[in-house]
Amino acid sequence: MIAWFIHFALALLATCQDILPIAVIIIGFQLLVIRKPLANPKKTLIGFIYVLLGIAFFLEGLDMALFPLGKLMAKQLTSTEFLGINPHEYILNWSAYFWVYVFAASIGFATTLAEPSLLAVAIKAEQISGGTIQAWGLRIAVSIGVAFGIALGTFRIVTGFELYVFIVIGYVLVLIQTLFAPKFIIGLAFDSGGVTTSTVTVPLVTALGLGLAQAVPDRNPLIDGFGLIAFASLFPIITVLGYAQLAAWRSKRYLSSKH
Amino acid sequence: MLKNHFIKQLCNSFIDLVPILAVVLVFQVLIIKQPIADVASLIIGTLFVVLGLALFIQGLEQSLFPLGESMAYAFARKGSLFWLLIFAFCLGFGTTVAEPALIAIAAEAADIASKGNIIAHSTEAKTSYALGLRITVALSVGFAILVGVLRIIRGWPLYYLIIGGYCGVILITPFAPADIIGIAYDSGGVTTSTITVPLVTALGVGLATAIKGRNPMIDGFGLIAFASLTPMIFVMAYGVIR
Repeated sequence: MIAWFIHFALALLATCQDILPIAVIIIGFQLLVIRKPLANPKKTLIGFIYVLLGIAFFLEGLDMALFPLGKLMAKQLTSTEFLGINPHEYILNWSAYFWVYVFAASIGFATTLAEPSLLAVAIKAEQISGGTIQAWGLRIAVSIGVAFGIALGTFRIVTGFELYVFIVIGYVLVLIQTLFAPKFIIGLAFDSGGVTTSTVTVPLVTALGLGLAQAVPDRNPLIDGFGLIAFASLFPIITVLGYAQLAAWRSKRYLSSKH
Repeated sequence: MLKNHFIKQLCNSFIDLVPILAVVLVFQVLIIKQPIADVASLIIGTLFVVLGLALFIQGLEQSLFPLGESMAYAFARKGSLFWLLIFAFCLGFGTTVAEPALIAIAAEAADIASKGNIIAHSTEAKTSYALGLRITVALSVGFAILVGVLRIIRGWPLYYLIIGGYCGVILITPFAPADIIGIAYDSGGVTTSTITVPLVTALGVGLATAIKGRNPMIDGFGLIAFASLTPMIFVMAYGVIR
């Protein structure tokens, strides 16, 4: 129990360290440049404490429950015994890794739904758009993107295709979509690419990538482990742009069918 | 009122977590076919995550969002572009330089560089390399938020910056040392922390709301997008210069 308290206090301290520069900058500018008191200093302070405690509990809980289990699972699924492959046999069938792809897609989808940064952006987007963009719709679109990205990333590690080929094709697709997508979604779509890979997703996905790169013959964990993160921040842009294009197309069709 | 709201938030947070639990349980039972080793800590940990998420959302709506927006309004009313840009830069730099994920990645990069004989094998060389990398990333995020805020004020279309940024990444990749490319691509994703994202989002949306002729939906978002692009360029440039 005491050990736990020390552990939790350390997590809280780390969060404080994270929040301190932000607090200094905000208070400094508030006092020296804006020179107006905050409208609700007490409420803001309490809110800050909520954020602090929230992140500390969140990280502590992940460390206790989900990270050990998820990492163990990634390790077991990519172990040569589970896959039933002989590490010395170099002729490989990519379909032997079926469960790895399924796991990659489902863990990518599920962790993204619980990502706090994405939640923040989705809440803001729903407020600003007046409900045109639903927070849930956006989060599911992003999660599908991450799921697809990570599954494709594991496929790439297994087959050993070059990373940059996928990345360049992805970027070209994004650029084409950007030209045709409704303007209001572009900023949001690119933002959601940046926020998906954060607190929950990165540790689990890294464990999966490292495990896989160690299990598949001829892969270098140092080089192949990182490709997953790059994929996970690229594909949500594609799915969010696609989601907006689909919504625009459907409302257009609905309008023209009424006339 | 607050209690009810908070209980509702707790339920929502639980729903957010259900998919993860489902994935973990289904794979454990059906595929791996082994009992879960430590059920008690799984349950307690899950409760912590739910509580943490609910508290975070509560604080977000009560503090981070209003704070970012009120600062945006205050700067817009004050009308001083200079101070706004300084603030934007400080916010980006300050929140990134102490980011734990970045500290971890910088240390890892120093290890790789030392193994690859790019820098000396001493601890001092590694520390100074890691510190240099951290400052580089923090500078790049500060720069990105500054340019992003300038974009909102001037009303430049976002995709100019994004396309420019991608071209920068593609152009510099062939010149960067092979060892640093992986770290560079990674550093783009880790710079935006859980506290920075809501503040920066609220700042951008607040500015786009306060300034006439800007649409918060079109112009307000995009600060984070640019802030996860520039670190890739800056880190590769750091690799070239070192």
